[in-house]
Amino acid sequence: MALKTEEMVLNMGPQHPSTHGVLRLELELEGELVKNVIPHIGYLHRCFEKHCEAMTYPQIVPYTDRMDYLASMSNNLGYAIAIERLMGIEVPERVEYIRVIMAELQRIASHLVALGTYGVDIGAFTPFLFLFAEREKILTIFEETSGARLLYNYIWVGGLAQDIHPDFVRKTKEFVEFFKPKIKELNDLLSYNKIFIERTANIGILPADVAINYGITGPNLRASGVKWDLRKDDPYSIYDRFDFDIPVGEGLVGTVGDSWDRYYLKVLEMEQSLRIIEQAIDQIPEGDVHEAVPKRIKPPKGTIYTRVENPKGELGYFIISDGSLNPFRVKVRGPSFVNMEVFGELCKGHFVADIIAILGSIDIVLGEVDR
Amino acid sequence: MYDFLINIFGNQIVAYFVAAAIPLFLFILPYALFAVLAERKVSAHMQDRWGPMRVGYHGVLQTVADILKLIQKENIRATLTDKVLFNLAPYLVFVGSFAAFAAIPFSSWFIGSSIDIGLFYFIAISSFVVAGILMGGWASNNKYSLLGAMRSVSQIISYEIPTAIVILTMVMITGSLNLQTITEQQTAYFWNWNILGGATFGIGKFLLIPLMLGAFLIIYISTLAEVNRTPFDIPEAESELVSGFHTEYSGMKFAMFFLAEYANMLAVSFLIVVLFFGGYHSPFGYIGNSIGVEWLVPIEQFFWFASKGIFFVIVQMWLRWTLPRLRVDQLMTVCWKYLIPYSVAILLLVGLITLI
Repeated sequence: MALKTEEMVLNMGPQHPSTHGVLRLELELEGELVKNVIPHIGYLHRCFEKHCEAMTYPQIVPYTDRMDYLASMSNNLGYAIAIERLMGIEVPERVEYIRVIMAELQRIASHLVALGTYGVDIGAFTPFLFLFAEREKILTIFEETSGARLLYNYIWVGGLAQDIHPDFVRKTKEFVEFFKPKIKELNDLLSYNKIFIERTANIGILPADVAINYGITGPNLRASGVKWDLRKDDPYSIYDRFDFDIPVGEGLVGTVGDSWDRYYLKVLEMEQSLRIIEQAIDQIPEGDVHEAVPKRIKPPKGTIYTRVENPKGELGYFIISDGSLNPFRVKVRGPSFVNMEVFGELCKGHFVADIIAILGSIDIVLGEVDR
Repeated sequence: MYDFLINIFGNQIVAYFVAAAIPLFLFILPYALFAVLAERKVSAHMQDRWGPMRVGYHGVLQTVADILKLIQKENIRATLTDKVLFNLAPYLVFVGSFAAFAAIPFSSWFIGSSIDIGLFYFIAISSFVVAGILMGGWASNNKYSLLGAMRSVSQIISYEIPTAIVILTMVMITGSLNLQTITEQQTAYFWNWNILGGATFGIGKFLLIPLMLGAFLIIYISTLAEVNRTPFDIPEAESELVSGFHTEYSGMKFAMFFLAEYANMLAVSFLIVVLFFGGYHSPFGYIGNSIGVEWLVPIEQFFWFASKGIFFVIVQMWLRWTLPRLRVDQLMTVCWKYLIPYSVAILLLVGLITLI
């Protein structure tokens, strides 16, 4: 007589240490093998988009901070660019340079969190604290200039909240010099660790065609071998003035598009961000950052869609203006939300432990998934 | 030492009880308090942090405060747990890991019980822990606990095989199961330790050295897995299973699992020290002997034994805070595809060498 067996349904989250926030996963398990994954999102839904309709344009800026709270500067930047294009505002050179430096520092800070927490997911706790110590230096730079450490409300429509701190340039240069050797340290400690490679290589392979079909963007898409980066392919701000490369996943230790590639691509991107900062920091021209900030933001009737390359992928703002002080509609294309969709596809046939490895490598922020 | 205690108490049974209680209260429990603090301090300093700093000088009393807090906590038991098994499990684990110290010789003057099947007793009593873990995981009626317990049991049982084979190898070399006899064979200086081929001098000693190094590595890795430490802490895998088989435990019951883990770490370290690193013998000879103070020798021996044991515990902590965690199937691969064949090969080669 055969033993009666049944699948075990395991609820992972929303209170689970490694779902990176309040995500709930419903796992159908056979032993430790995952048959199916159903993600349940929405625990952090704050009605951002509907809320925007009741607010004036400048009031929305602090709310964009709270979407991808690890990349507030980049969120601000995307929103500011959208309204500036809608209103036809020319932004002073100084503002553009500061924005680019801020966005790239923010990219490094966001990737540091992603890499560190990924280490924790795999079981290595020490790299997490090392990387957070370095992120702390970026946050200190941000704090001096904007007054906040996480939610900056710094990049405004037409300009910046205030000019940079007198120490900003010196501290940023110091950080760049300090951080370069740390990348090698990270590679020695975690990236090329045999156990780490065993755990992540060939796990959760995302082929390029699947990635494109699902609309995956950002490091996840590039890790699958597709060279697509809005900073090069649809340049905004002044990114076309800088010399930097777009790294793509090469499957150094496994297959192209596996979890290790997604991890390592972030390491490579940090190097490129450092290159951009190095070029930009010496060229900041003099000027007034408030020069182009409009007294009253009242865009003409019309619609606009702009997209920027956030640390986690393409952040798109679709804004309909009815010519009043409030937007008629704000729609956000959050990269974490779109990247999340492919998660179920990647997990099938893996072990429970791999679910964590895949989820960490996709690098989602629930604040943006749920908005 | 028994004669000494019997003389004092005038009763054999009381003397035995006292003999058993001395290491537990004078060494193991203070050690557990020390080890928990050491883990936090070692991890903190590896991670550019200070660790606990508030309770006492540099937080030395932190563990005492934690234990006091845990004693005060409510003992929560969820409704659908199996009451008997749930309550029994922590005690089994606790007893299993602390009873292992009975057969370990702390110095030539002190051993809980110098039984002739010491090694056998050690393996048997530490397997007790498996039953406790399985009971705890099953009785908790929690899917995470169940998964953790399943992983833990398969892991511990698998890794007992290479451990047992290496122990068998050592038994072939030393010809004894008595831990004190094994220690006494490695007397005097460090080149007599088993890791360097043992006390007999000859061509066999030099042939044994590489094999002993291999055997030491195998037993160190597999004991690491047996006490559920990183990179083999899969049963507790914090980021996957929350904390595995002891997720549902609170208060003092949780503390028992916790202290048992640290006691286990020390027990396996002591086993390795006895088998490979000369047990309680000093590497350089004794001050007590050279200045003619006989009673100093056992104290020195205790010092050397404790230092060697704690050294290996610190190495376990160092590994934990450096390495990521393996996956369940990879863990089994390491055991069955690498450790067991190599340990069998070492067993055969050592057998040939002892024939020379």
